[in-house]
Amino acid sequence: MRTRPIIASALAFGLIAAACASDSSNSADAPTASELPTTESAPPAADPTDSELTTDQPVEPFTTITLVTYDSFPQADTSINAALDAFTEQTSIGVELLVAGDTGTMLSKAALTVGNPEGDVMWGIDNTFLSRALNDGIFEQGVLFDPENVPAEFLALVPNGEALPVDFGDVCVNYDIGYFVENELDLPTSLQDLAAPAYRDLLVVQNPATSSPGLAFLLASIDEFGAEGWQAYWQQLKDNGVQVVDGWTDAYYGSFTWAGGGDRPLVVSYGSSPPAEVIFADPARDDAPTGVIESTCFRQIEFAGVLAGTDQPDEAAALVRFLGSEQFQAELALNLFVYPANSAVALPQEFDDFAVVPETSRTLDPDLIDENRSDWIDEWSTLVLG
Amino acid sequence: MNNGERAANRLPRRVVAALAVGPIAGLAVFYLWPFATLLVRAINSSALTHTLSRGATWDVAWFTLWQAVVSTVATMLVGLAPAYIVARFEFPGRQLLVGVLTAIFVLPTVVMGAAFLALLPDSLDRTVWAVIAAHVVFNLAVIVRTVGAFWEHLPIDMESAAATLGASRWRVFVDISFPLLRPSLSAAGAIIFLFTFTSFGVIRILGSAGTRTLEVEVWRRATQLGDIGGAAVLSVLQLGVLAVVVGWSTRAQRRHARAVELRPDQDRRQAKSKGERRFVASVAIGTAGLCIAPLAAMAIRSFRSSSGWSTAAWTTLGKAEVRPGIRLGLDPVEALANSIQNAAWATSFAVVLGAAASLAIAAAGRGGRLLDVGLMLPIGTSAVTIGFGMLITFDTPPVDWRGEWWLVPVGHALVALPFVVRSTVGVLRSVDPSLQDAAATLGASPTRAWCDVVVPFLWRPLAVGAALAAAISLGEFGATSFLSRSGSETLPIAIDELLGRTGTLLQAQGYALATILAVATVSLVAGASCFHDVAGLVHRRTGGQTVDR
Amino acid sequence: MSHLRVDQIGVRFDTIEVLRQATLTVERAEVVALLGPSGSGKSTLLRVIAGILRPDSGSVWIGTDDITSLPAHQRGVGMVFQDNQLFPHMSTIDNVAYGLRAAGVGKAERHERGAAWLDRVGLAGFERRNVTELSGGEAKRVALARTLATEPSVVLLDEPLTGLDRELHDRLATQLAQLLAEHSITAVLVTHDPAEADVVASRSVRMNEIDE
Repeated sequence: MRTRPIIASALAFGLIAAACASDSSNSADAPTASELPTTESAPPAADPTDSELTTDQPVEPFTTITLVTYDSFPQADTSINAALDAFTEQTSIGVELLVAGDTGTMLSKAALTVGNPEGDVMWGIDNTFLSRALNDGIFEQGVLFDPENVPAEFLALVPNGEALPVDFGDVCVNYDIGYFVENELDLPTSLQDLAAPAYRDLLVVQNPATSSPGLAFLLASIDEFGAEGWQAYWQQLKDNGVQVVDGWTDAYYGSFTWAGGGDRPLVVSYGSSPPAEVIFADPARDDAPTGVIESTCFRQIEFAGVLAGTDQPDEAAALVRFLGSEQFQAELALNLFVYPANSAVALPQEFDDFAVVPETSRTLDPDLIDENRSDWIDEWSTLVLG
Repeated sequence: MNNGERAANRLPRRVVAALAVGPIAGLAVFYLWPFATLLVRAINSSALTHTLSRGATWDVAWFTLWQAVVSTVATMLVGLAPAYIVARFEFPGRQLLVGVLTAIFVLPTVVMGAAFLALLPDSLDRTVWAVIAAHVVFNLAVIVRTVGAFWEHLPIDMESAAATLGASRWRVFVDISFPLLRPSLSAAGAIIFLFTFTSFGVIRILGSAGTRTLEVEVWRRATQLGDIGGAAVLSVLQLGVLAVVVGWSTRAQRRHARAVELRPDQDRRQAKSKGERRFVASVAIGTAGLCIAPLAAMAIRSFRSSSGWSTAAWTTLGKAEVRPGIRLGLDPVEALANSIQNAAWATSFAVVLGAAASLAIAAAGRGGRLLDVGLMLPIGTSAVTIGFGMLITFDTPPVDWRGEWWLVPVGHALVALPFVVRSTVGVLRSVDPSLQDAAATLGASPTRAWCDVVVPFLWRPLAVGAALAAAISLGEFGATSFLSRSGSETLPIAIDELLGRTGTLLQAQGYALATILAVATVSLVAGASCFHDVAGLVHRRTGGQTVDR
Repeated sequence: MSHLRVDQIGVRFDTIEVLRQATLTVERAEVVALLGPSGSGKSTLLRVIAGILRPDSGSVWIGTDDITSLPAHQRGVGMVFQDNQLFPHMSTIDNVAYGLRAAGVGKAERHERGAAWLDRVGLAGFERRNVTELSGGEAKRVALARTLATEPSVVLLDEPLTGLDRELHDRLATQLAQLLAEHSITAVLVTHDPAEADVVASRSVRMNEIDE
């Protein structure tokens, strides 16, 4: 029958293709990854907090795991990446970075893929989104991380210990000093100021559904104006021409006048953004070009954890422990511009000089956040996005 | 038809059954099951009352409805003049104009969105009017071809008769042409309404964050807010509205159907008077301009940078960087590769299953009609609904297929399958049954006769179907928005991501990708046109609705 | 003075010259039959007179008026088409009364006048009938009534009786001749049947006589 050859070749084609595709199903292009399956965890000598094992030649990783993170996490060529390479050397576990957008987007994707995750470890869920992550079960249960030198109040946010606090900072409104000087404008000093007509069309914020600084800023406004009053505030902001973008990189490196060449001199960013502008200034400078409105700051704590359903839980756990170790945490300040959760790590001098740590940063009761987050985001969307 | 049926039924039942098993299984597992899951999820949950009682739900539903109505009416108004000149006049470039309109119609929605984003000034960008304008241009082809084809077959003499009775040009149109055209206008209008009601890609790209149709809201609630129940309710609500509209329009069409003696081939004439010539020229050029301008703008924008003209967007396509070291999650070139891979698989699935289904349908008589209609169902449900259904159905072992490489191509194949079947069944059915009789008299068994005589007719329509499936897969956005995973994004996803950014270079990269996608789609469809009248295939009523609009 | 005059009409379609210098005069109340083989330009000439086809050269006169550049709907020239061209979406009476409607006549009056014409062609009582259900002969008569109802100055008939069976043809031919004579209608009739021309028309001309 003429149809037989068609079916046969289709089947053959399909089988061959299936074989090829299963190779590439879990990782993105990973030129250094060998596909030797491993059923045991990495050899015990791979505890990365021990003294580093130095080798003369680069070690071929035994296996590779994927670290899912947000888009401001550096992909290559920084000391964070070097630290991850050191992890690979020590443990023979390769680390592949997978960027999933800003935190909210990252969480949404994780929530839709619970049990069949896009990666093995997730870095960057913060306290504003944490309860959703925990309720949706995106983290593997029963993993022990042995947190080192992590403040108790951070650990309290994760009672079952399925995520490890890895850094903290403050989400604050940053301003471009130069712009305000040039235009002879007084600097805003409070949340309410931002709604003033003098600052019309000058503010860019992120969508709280997709971005953790966006959500943090929304929560800050709720903290200030209360659960009944924040809507009026945001209506004022909307009438005052606030711009909404999806993620932090878009706001800071896109719309912000200083770092992005955009047209908004007020941006929701971090208390540690000004030091970053000094440290990476080219030509060098010794004063910060941007500043922070302290009364807008909201405390943010970030976490890392093993994604539930990963087929390499032990390797993933090893990585998470490494992410909490001094060796890795020492690189956080100058790369992600956050404070390491591991309090044993010393901060670089410039950080101390220019970072703004407000006296009291706003927080909201985690249970309150848990109960109301989705309603608040929903209401905000209808109100601000129209 | 008796002879044909008898001849077709000569294929042994077990062979027909064997052919039909694959498509039926595919339909059941990947369409009916997710559809059922969606219904259950919507009805079962407290989300039903919660979502339906939210004012915002009805705001979104109302917006979806009125923008669809306005888009439809606007398209019909804008499309009448081109339909008229294409139907009645012979002028240089007539075929080209029809070709351009058809090319526009088959473009992926993200490309259309990108094109209008590029064309419109910032003040109009991302407003409802931009969306409506995009809808109009997108669907012009439907009016021009459907109404134009019908108009072409309306006897010119009828209009002349009215003229000799004293009716001015305008009266002729109002009293004679328009009433007779009404059935085709409602058919075209219904199709356009369906497209614009379920518009997804255009809204996502071109609309502001607050411009939300039901489709977009389903996506947003499901993927950004995690409100699966609410999204399911909205999905079902949309399907309900669609069912009502389709039912009403079908009934309206039947009522208005008139027995008009259609002439198969009217002689079109050349425009004679100066006024006529000017009219034809301005309508033709205006329509072509309306279609080409957005695409040209899109291509041009890919060469713009913050400092003037440059090819930076094209040369740096390999990496999408916000700034050195800060990369977007996706790699545009990899997205292109992913899309091509998906398209290859989707096409294979669609062609293999489509061929089997077509053979079974052509051979099976009455049972075949059931399969035929069943296979058309995915067209009637939007791509978003299909993707969403698959996402929430295949998420627990043993059918946790979310991470499988073949899930996205299967989704694409589901949407493309009807086109393959439409293209093939028609050809198969028209095969002269006496050819099989002849083979039988030469000693061939029924199955053998079928294989030797009928199957060779498959290749051409399958080639056309394959090209269409590939084009559909490349541009598919709705279902893919749900099923895509980080690291394996497709081209449309990449385009959406890039165009949503504020950086000039990233946007230029988005336009570059959109240009690539446009060229690929048009080439595929143009290539297929060499084999068959693709445009006619695309517009036939039963196959009238495509993908993720 | 002639009622209808066609002077040196020339029509070409692409490279084919269908009419070169067609010339014809018709007196008031005269019925002239145009004879000739197919392709000789008979229908084309009718269409030029009706105004639905523009000639490349020549002129058309009704009385002392040059109507060559007048659009069809202003000429007062009626035409009965070979395939009737009844409007399928209108009832019989609406078809017949259409010309009156276009002229702005009120509904009651035009229905009355239309009904009268239906009666004259022997179709009394057919007002509400669906035109698509009419027989061949009935349709022809409705088409005729429709044209005559507007009382045009000239009536053109394009092969009005072609394709009917013998008996019906003969009957209608006689009725047509009577009707045209009764109302003193100036008409040009195109036919390929000389016998039919003899019955209906008062004068026959051949195409090759009027267009060298």
